[in-house]
Amino acid sequence: MVAALTSAERQSAAVILLVVALAGLAMAILGGTGPLGVHGVLVMLFAGALVAVVFAGFYAPEPTEDRPTRYYDDPIKVGIALTMAWAVFGLFMGLWVAAQLAWPSLAFDAAWSGFGRLRPTHTTGVIFGFGGNALIATSFHVVQRTARARLAGQVSPWFVLFGYNLFCLLAVSGYLMGVTQSKEYAEAEWYADIWLVVVWVTYFVLYLRTLARRREPHIYVANWYYLAFILVVAVLHVVNNIAIPVSLAHAKSYTVWAGVQDAMVQWWYGHNAVAFFLTAGFLGMLYYYLPIRAQRPIFSYRLSILSFWGITFFYMWAGSHHLHYTALPHWVQTLGMTFSVMLLVPSWASAGNALLTLNGAWHRVRDDATLRFITVAAVFYGLSTFEGSFMAIRPVNALSHYTDWTVGHVHAGALGWVALITFGSIYTLVPALWQRQRMYSAALVELHFWLALAGVLVYVFAMWNSGIVQGLMWRTYTEEGTLAYSFLDSLVAMYPYYIARAFGGLLFLLGALVGCYNIWMTVRAAPHAAGRAADAPQPGGAAAVAGE
Amino acid sequence: MAEFFHRKLERTAIGFVLAIIAAASVGGIVEIAPLFTIDETVEEAPDMRLYTPLELAGRNIYVREGCYACHSQMIRTLRDEVERYGPYSLAVESQYDRPMLWGSKRTGPDLARIGGKYSDFWHVAHLIDPRAVVPQSNMPAYRWLARTTLDTADLPLHLRAQRRLGVPYTEAMIENAARDAYGQATPDSAFADGVAERYGAATQVRAFDGVATEVTEMDALVAYLQVLGRLTDAAYRDTAAAGEPPEPVE
Repeated sequence: MVAALTSAERQSAAVILLVVALAGLAMAILGGTGPLGVHGVLVMLFAGALVAVVFAGFYAPEPTEDRPTRYYDDPIKVGIALTMAWAVFGLFMGLWVAAQLAWPSLAFDAAWSGFGRLRPTHTTGVIFGFGGNALIATSFHVVQRTARARLAGQVSPWFVLFGYNLFCLLAVSGYLMGVTQSKEYAEAEWYADIWLVVVWVTYFVLYLRTLARRREPHIYVANWYYLAFILVVAVLHVVNNIAIPVSLAHAKSYTVWAGVQDAMVQWWYGHNAVAFFLTAGFLGMLYYYLPIRAQRPIFSYRLSILSFWGITFFYMWAGSHHLHYTALPHWVQTLGMTFSVMLLVPSWASAGNALLTLNGAWHRVRDDATLRFITVAAVFYGLSTFEGSFMAIRPVNALSHYTDWTVGHVHAGALGWVALITFGSIYTLVPALWQRQRMYSAALVELHFWLALAGVLVYVFAMWNSGIVQGLMWRTYTEEGTLAYSFLDSLVAMYPYYIARAFGGLLFLLGALVGCYNIWMTVRAAPHAAGRAADAPQPGGAAAVAGE
Repeated sequence: MAEFFHRKLERTAIGFVLAIIAAASVGGIVEIAPLFTIDETVEEAPDMRLYTPLELAGRNIYVREGCYACHSQMIRTLRDEVERYGPYSLAVESQYDRPMLWGSKRTGPDLARIGGKYSDFWHVAHLIDPRAVVPQSNMPAYRWLARTTLDTADLPLHLRAQRRLGVPYTEAMIENAARDAYGQATPDSAFADGVAERYGAATQVRAFDGVATEVTEMDALVAYLQVLGRLTDAAYRDTAAAGEPPEPVE
């Protein structure tokens, strides 16, 4: 990876890492023996390890002159490895916390391993670690291929990738030490949040500059979604995380938002993290890897436009459906509910567009487990967006809110949609990137598919049952007009479902492990394919396209 | 026509970026901005008192341990919730809460009005070993809280940060934060009197963890749990299920 950089670029990489290491040193000095100090040391170690890599290749020969005539795939390869590593970590933590709900002694009586501290390591691990790395890696691939131009930076893609993973590492290790804002899906503290802004701005600039180099007059639909993902997540992240630290020596901060306003900002963030991180970004993936794998063009350009702008506009109104019947003013709840229902139109337009694209390629869905990953992901996308609109309706929410039904819904989306589309995309991408004829073993892709599908189904059915049972028990009255069940009765009724859910999670984790092995063996041992002649940037450098 | 326009938009990255920003900002602006200006968003509660330094420290432990992942602090306007947990929550009750801890999941029960429902002794025994008190519980044990001395030295900084954000802590409260935290959990010490003086006669001053000579994280967390729902009586005055607040158990 260092060999592909010129010596000037190697120097700037070293300088950037030095600055990061100095920031780590400052944190270590200020934070002393507190968690901020520990994180300072972690930052120094992270930067130091990368400096060692840069110096190891510092005097390697300069890259050849023809570098601009090739796509920049090294960061994508590393990004895929990181994606799979975070998948295993995040899914394992999920399995562990799920098991703790059934068998609480699995917390082993230590501070760091209680449910409350481990749970955000699971959510951050899968959403930001697994999902985020998958989005960064595939966006680098998709933007180059659809723009037919090389990435507009040599060091910045690495900065984005490693900087982002440093954020994830700070977040996850912080939770274990009790460093958290307790804002759901935005738990990381102020210094990690500031660092993410730096990384994210770099990502945005890199993406825009690459688009500006494009040799195609039009920006392909997948890029619309990646752009919306990068942009809106930046806005959400900044607004929700505005806080003032107790002091520069403290990891702890207090958010500027309080009470009901904090609740609204938090769920505006929380729901749109689902919309723009877990939906928009992955729709970008769908719009590229589905037509590639199915060898069919996207069914309808107009549906793509409709669903893109519908999602971008409607989603931002929907967050308040997380706050039905609370102290949030009624009119905001009603707006949230209304837009959540309308959201079904663009959501199903996307899902329909994906499934109709498969017309004429259904025999491939039958034979090719990779395409089946993508297809089933689109089906789950359609199902969970329907379920989401349904649960946003106030009386339905009265039953579902605070119960496992919500957890089941989230996992239908996160496992069924996000994870399956990611695995399908990765199985398409890996042979292409490493120039192999195919994945090492089609049978193992098939095995992964069935493990994953069985895992999701077991999980989601368990949580539907537990959630609805729980919600009904809370509101059941006796004939005398008193509550029929104590809270404890409803908890006792959950145990069988919690065990079933942990089993579903285990199946899903096993599938991911099979995937890791298969990817590893593809890189190591699958037969080599000659690079496709067309898989190179359009020559002519960064010359302007008509109309730009 | 629309398609023609879109084909033009697709040709310019900056134009596309601006269009995304425009489309995505409307919802948030319409829903969030009025919450800061419309008077009815947060009710008036002149009797509302502030978290004492000890209670704030306890709240920060609740935040640190991620208790919100399993416990809500928001009683909805539904009959069964009001009957199970007490009057539905008002916005004013969390007006000083940074972050709010309304939660999104009840693996355990709602805690918005847990204050005064159980004795300190119950809370300590339950936090040390939940299954010793409730055999079917799946809550983690928080044994080490009773062994860990509370770090009070930084509390003035915490109160100052809160005041910068608009919480009306006085200069005297900030200066005495560490002493007040100590005093609230050591009723026989010289620091105990100042707490009620600064935070009101209703402030609960006692050895929450049963040990009156040392202030532990257990003291702080129990002090916080015992004040939940008791910062103001507004919910008992203004809601459908109005009535007298129940007598607290110590």
